[in-house]
Amino acid sequence: MNLKLKDIVPQLITVIAVVLIFGFFTYNAQINMENRGIDFGYGFLSQESSFDVQFSLIEYDGSHSYFRAYLVGLLNTILVSVIGIIIATILGVIVGVARLSPNYLINKFAAFYVEFFRNIPLLLQIFFWYFAALRALPLPQDAEAIFGVFFLTIKGLYVPAFIWQNFSIFFYSLVAAVIAIIVIRIHAKKVQENQGKQIPVFFISLGLIFILPLLSFLIGGVKLSFEVPVLKQLATTSFIYEGGVSLPPELIALTLSLSLYTATFIAECVRAGIQGVGKGQKEAAASIGLTPNQVLKLVIMPQALRIIIPPTTNQYLNLTKNSSLAAAIAYPDLVLVFAGTALMQTGKAIEIVSITMFTYLTLSISISILMNWYNKKIAIQEK
Amino acid sequence: MSKINFLKPDRANLNTFLYLGSFLFLISFLDVFFNSFFNLNLTGFLPNFMSFVLPLILGFIGLYFIRIEYSGIKRLDLLNKHINTNNFNAVLSLLIIFIIIKSIPPILSWFVVDASFAGDSKDVCTGTGACWTYIKVWMRRFMYGMYPNAEQWRINLSFIALVLLGSVGYFATDKFKKYLTLYYVVIYPFIAFLFIFFFISGGPVFFDFSYGIIAAILSIIIGFFIPGRFKFYYFLIVPLALYIILKYFLFFEEYIELGKLDGLNWVETGAWGGLSLTFIISFFCLIFCFPIGMAFALGRRSGFPLIRYISVGFIEFWRGVPLITVLFMSAVMFPMFLPEDFFIDKLVRAIIAISLFEAAYVAEVIRGGLQALPRGQYEAAKSLGMGYWKMHIFVILPQALKLVIPGIANTFLALVKDTPLIFVVGLLEIVGMLNLAKTNPEWLGFAMEGYVFAAIIFWIICYAMSKYSYNLEQKYKTDR
Repeated sequence: MNLKLKDIVPQLITVIAVVLIFGFFTYNAQINMENRGIDFGYGFLSQESSFDVQFSLIEYDGSHSYFRAYLVGLLNTILVSVIGIIIATILGVIVGVARLSPNYLINKFAAFYVEFFRNIPLLLQIFFWYFAALRALPLPQDAEAIFGVFFLTIKGLYVPAFIWQNFSIFFYSLVAAVIAIIVIRIHAKKVQENQGKQIPVFFISLGLIFILPLLSFLIGGVKLSFEVPVLKQLATTSFIYEGGVSLPPELIALTLSLSLYTATFIAECVRAGIQGVGKGQKEAAASIGLTPNQVLKLVIMPQALRIIIPPTTNQYLNLTKNSSLAAAIAYPDLVLVFAGTALMQTGKAIEIVSITMFTYLTLSISISILMNWYNKKIAIQEK
Repeated sequence: MSKINFLKPDRANLNTFLYLGSFLFLISFLDVFFNSFFNLNLTGFLPNFMSFVLPLILGFIGLYFIRIEYSGIKRLDLLNKHINTNNFNAVLSLLIIFIIIKSIPPILSWFVVDASFAGDSKDVCTGTGACWTYIKVWMRRFMYGMYPNAEQWRINLSFIALVLLGSVGYFATDKFKKYLTLYYVVIYPFIAFLFIFFFISGGPVFFDFSYGIIAAILSIIIGFFIPGRFKFYYFLIVPLALYIILKYFLFFEEYIELGKLDGLNWVETGAWGGLSLTFIISFFCLIFCFPIGMAFALGRRSGFPLIRYISVGFIEFWRGVPLITVLFMSAVMFPMFLPEDFFIDKLVRAIIAISLFEAAYVAEVIRGGLQALPRGQYEAAKSLGMGYWKMHIFVILPQALKLVIPGIANTFLALVKDTPLIFVVGLLEIVGMLNLAKTNPEWLGFAMEGYVFAAIIFWIICYAMSKYSYNLEQKYKTDR
């Protein structure tokens, strides 16, 4: 009996404290909202938003609902995060490997990059790129074409637009190629485990991923043409590019700073991962006669990835969360569109902030659940 | 004389290859050097593309020639080993050398040679270089924000005093060494509080604070008579309760005049800013987030399921949301949750928000340290008859914290780097002040200088912190 009481009392006190705090907050919130004549509810989501967003992936203007505005913000956040993650991964892996290079200069150069970008606040970097570096770009009429089709101006980057015919066939051919590659990989693994034969999976996959979409062009009637942006004069001093896709400077500044910043952390993860594989592993693999490529592919990478992937996923999550700094340079992401403009218009502080936080929370918790599952799957089974 | 095969440098013709290779490399080096420092194009007679690529090709051939294994010349072997192991590395080395040479003159000219330092108006900034005059003129604003000029000695004095008090640990004799932890954990933050609220703020805030002091002293005195096993819960609840009772039920404001000094003007927190605000916020968040994080780390590993779930919920919640939304919450949502006449200063709200946010990260780091300890440590402590608190305070935490020094240092670094985000609640620390100065109509167009200046300051702070944490790690490293 005594023992049980000892178990229950601390828990009870903690729970009561938590409940009291939450109760206190809810009670106050109710009173405050009554006093100010605000009613609680999520009904406003279907109302007409009547504000405009500068840059959106889906069709949107003031006549759409607040929910649509939320979607616009969310998609913009996802866009910036995905581009940032791709660039940061490529850069991070290169720098991480460079930090292990025996070449003194490369090594120091990579170290300099990491130490430099890691120790400056991200917000400062975003401001630097947006307000200082990108403002030094030429006006649209003075911009020189890069490779004849890209135009980098103070108003953003203009790239040619893809115009597809029968895009769905191309897409299906791509999907088919991916499925075929997966099947071949599984088959190759089986063959290797049973007979010890190695199938050149990499070259077969490379061939498949090029040939199938190519076939869709030749046989399936897929056509691709480009729409190159063209300079157009609006007034005597005001020029604009028409056609093509325009990427606003906010997006460029944000992806640039996010990926440069996050790449430093990914580089450190990669370095730690490769260093974490014991020297003995490499030597043992070499002594049983594997070629250097095989050592890397079959022995080092599988073990290094086990160390690299969890912290790298964390960095991806950080990047996604950091993309909310977009609000500082008015890139219309979730925080700016929804927790900024929509909140100002409706005054529904509790609802909007809670939806915004819940969105981010769902994103990170689902990824961390996935990560835990992955960790369990690849963990070394010790006897 | 043996035959010379130019495709395969060997030791037999060492001198030939060495001189030829060095000569070619020197030429390529000089070409780039003159090009970049004196704006002379030595190979200008060639077509554009050729003159651009030529140094690279020459340098590459040169490096190829001097790549002789076991040449017997110590320096050459060292060079080959470090920057010239194979063709790929040679090209990369050349590229890096050329990039460095190319980038020195423009950077140097922008920073120093063409920059303007003198004067105190925009008119002196006519050159192509940086306008450091801008920084000079705005220096006070960048350092102290909107804090009145006449009162800035208060900030300086407080910071100097706090740094001096903070360095006591280095001068303490062995006799007092054992009290150092107590000093740094309890007394020093308390003194810092006094300085910041009393000196930098100066005014009615201290009134409110004096209730806190009385509540703390009273609860400590009563605490001596509380039996040991309830002490933790006692200190969890009673001081706060006492404070609330004192403040809201016993109105003896007129009796507490000890907080009032007539000499100092009250400076509202909205006027604080600049680098000093960065320090203040980092300092307080650092003090708060550590104990909170430790509590939740222990809670997450606690044997009581309810406490564990609450801790997990807390940690995962704060780790899952971006700081900017947390600050949004503290700015627009938090006031709704408080009684109507209850007002919390926005600086305090920001500090609470950042502390809770970083506490979750600290908790995860400390949990990592707790998990890394071998189970034998727990069992040994238990077998000596230690209770939960004794075991953690004397055996587990000292070892676990030692293990996680790098992780905690990283979290604190992240904290310092996150402080600029307080622009969301309308507080302007150094980056915020830069953005304000940038839009001043008299000083348009100097954004670059401002950001470079702030970047240098932040870089020095963060780099120093990371090096210091590395030293700590080495100092407290114990082999197992």
